[in-house]
Amino acid sequence: MLMLALDTSTSAITVAVHDGETVLGDHTVLDARRHTELLAPGITTALAAAGVAVTDLTDIAVGVGPGPFTGLRVGLVTALTLGHTRGIAVHGVCSLDALAQGAGIEGDFLVATDARRKEVYWARYRGESGVPTRLSEPVVGRAADIPAEVRALPVVGRGALLYPEALPDGGEPLDVYAGDVALVAQRALEAGEALPVEPMYLRRPDALTTAERQAAVERA
Amino acid sequence: MTDEPLVLGIETSCDETGVGIVRGETLLVDAIASSVDEHARFGGVVPEVASRAHLEAMVPTIERACATAGVALTDLDGIAVTSGPGLAGALMVGVASAKALGIGLGVPVYGVNHLASHVAVDIVEHGPLPEPTMALLVSGGHSSLLLVPDVTDDIRPLGSTIDDAAGEAFDKVARVLGLPFPGGPHIDRAARDGAIEIDFPRGLTSGRDMERHRYDFSFSGLKTAVSRWVQARQAAGEDVPVADVAASFQEAVTDVLTRKAILACQEQGVGHLQIGGGVAANTRLRAMAQERCDRAGIQLRVPRPGLCTDNGAMVASLGAQMMAKGRVPSGLDFPADSSMPVTDVHNEPAGPASAHDALHAG
Ligand SMILES: Nc1ncnc2c1ncn2[C@@H]1O[C@H](COP(=O)(O)OP(=O)(O)OP(=O)(O)O)[C@@H](O)[C@H]1O
Repeated sequence: MLMLALDTSTSAITVAVHDGETVLGDHTVLDARRHTELLAPGITTALAAAGVAVTDLTDIAVGVGPGPFTGLRVGLVTALTLGHTRGIAVHGVCSLDALAQGAGIEGDFLVATDARRKEVYWARYRGESGVPTRLSEPVVGRAADIPAEVRALPVVGRGALLYPEALPDGGEPLDVYAGDVALVAQRALEAGEALPVEPMYLRRPDALTTAERQAAVERA
Repeated sequence: MTDEPLVLGIETSCDETGVGIVRGETLLVDAIASSVDEHARFGGVVPEVASRAHLEAMVPTIERACATAGVALTDLDGIAVTSGPGLAGALMVGVASAKALGIGLGVPVYGVNHLASHVAVDIVEHGPLPEPTMALLVSGGHSSLLLVPDVTDDIRPLGSTIDDAAGEAFDKVARVLGLPFPGGPHIDRAARDGAIEIDFPRGLTSGRDMERHRYDFSFSGLKTAVSRWVQARQAAGEDVPVADVAASFQEAVTDVLTRKAILACQEQGVGHLQIGGGVAANTRLRAMAQERCDRAGIQLRVPRPGLCTDNGAMVASLGAQMMAKGRVPSGLDFPADSSMPVTDVHNEPAGPASAHDALHAG
């Protein structure tokens, strides 16, 4: 297996080449805005660092979010197009799972990332022997609205950095690392799980239909 | 075999996911997936809805284009993509996809200007562009007069709208008349049964305006005049003659567009006029432009309506010209630029890379 893994759901534009045993090469840059500019060069850099030609790749794994939409889509469309171009499978991984993998925490903990608009994307995990299991579906909401007993848990992701009052026990990592995306994908593939590449938006587009606008006008 | 470049073009600047394939000056396929029906219930294009639809449609549209044209991706010599202007989030989907194709296939990628593509599309329809050509680009987002000495390298804006674009005016007036979105085609159809009897204003055509805004357009006053006229009718309890209003409004738009375009040709000594953009699909505009160009001795070129609205073939056509003329590819780090000026025909690689590439290209 020669897997290219990438994620653009957090502030990291991160790419890794993984052979099923270890990361052969990677490239990560922190920039929450310039995915379009930096992801493609990041891929060629990671491939070069790994000494792997694009034609040798057998699989692609991509973080499907949740994360800010615009950057998230850059990662997804890149993975899907590259997979189609090379005729290889593309596997979708929940980005919060990858962050949980990177946390290396035993016991219960929280992953909370920046959802902008004063909200976080979050899910609760339990780590056992280095393997985190997600205990709840990812959701989006205000950090302060997360149940108190969950907020008290150790937290990874930028959520704790942004909202330290609601999430006092923050730690590293803050952003997804593509090597963890590869690990999570490979573990799921071994377990025979399907890994569809469906973006996790968790929010509807901001817009009112003509009918909704009319109704709002009539109510006012 | 032929040594003409085989280029795939991607267009995602608004609500159409377009993928076209061109060999040199020959169109092989123009595949489109549109999210326009999803936007209709919002009464206009919603950027986030468009971006989500682009992501879903991107790879399937590439697949469909290749299958229809009988082209394998590995046959391609290059990729071109609209890098601006347009909706930022929508553009990014196409740009990222194009770069992935470039990486996966090991071929050069050209980030190109949407407006220049609207001009270049006519090459696959009517052959090489005379140099210079005058281009009138009229769409939902733009109304511009461009002097085009070289569509791959040198485009000079002479004038543009100072408020609404022509297509926007069509869409807004359609809303006033209770016609569905996008309004252009509906007004076009309604106008066929209408009489041109209401004298709506011709923006920026008076003496003083012709000094300061000789090649510029303005359609917001016209739109207001139409709304006022319709409201007055409604207030008086009378029926609104939709067909007559549509015909008279359409006449006012096409009159100004063609008058200024021909004036520009005459004053700049250009013998060819090309019209492009969604509004170039308008029946009345096409007929009036033909009549007036014939009278003025100007050669008119207008692509078929399907190539006037946004599509991938126009991007592929410009990309093929870029390759044929040996323009430097854009590399992999160019941005999507929502407000890309028309003078930037394509993204040139930054800094030392460009000198390096130029050395090798030369
Ligand atoms: N027959 C027609 N008559 C008048 N206007 C038309 C006609 N057909 C389409 N239009 C208008 O063209 C516009 C769409 O143009 P186009 O497909 O070029 O997309 P756009 O997103 O507006 O383009 P651009 O990104 O180039 O500004 C809409 O405003 C539509 O109402």
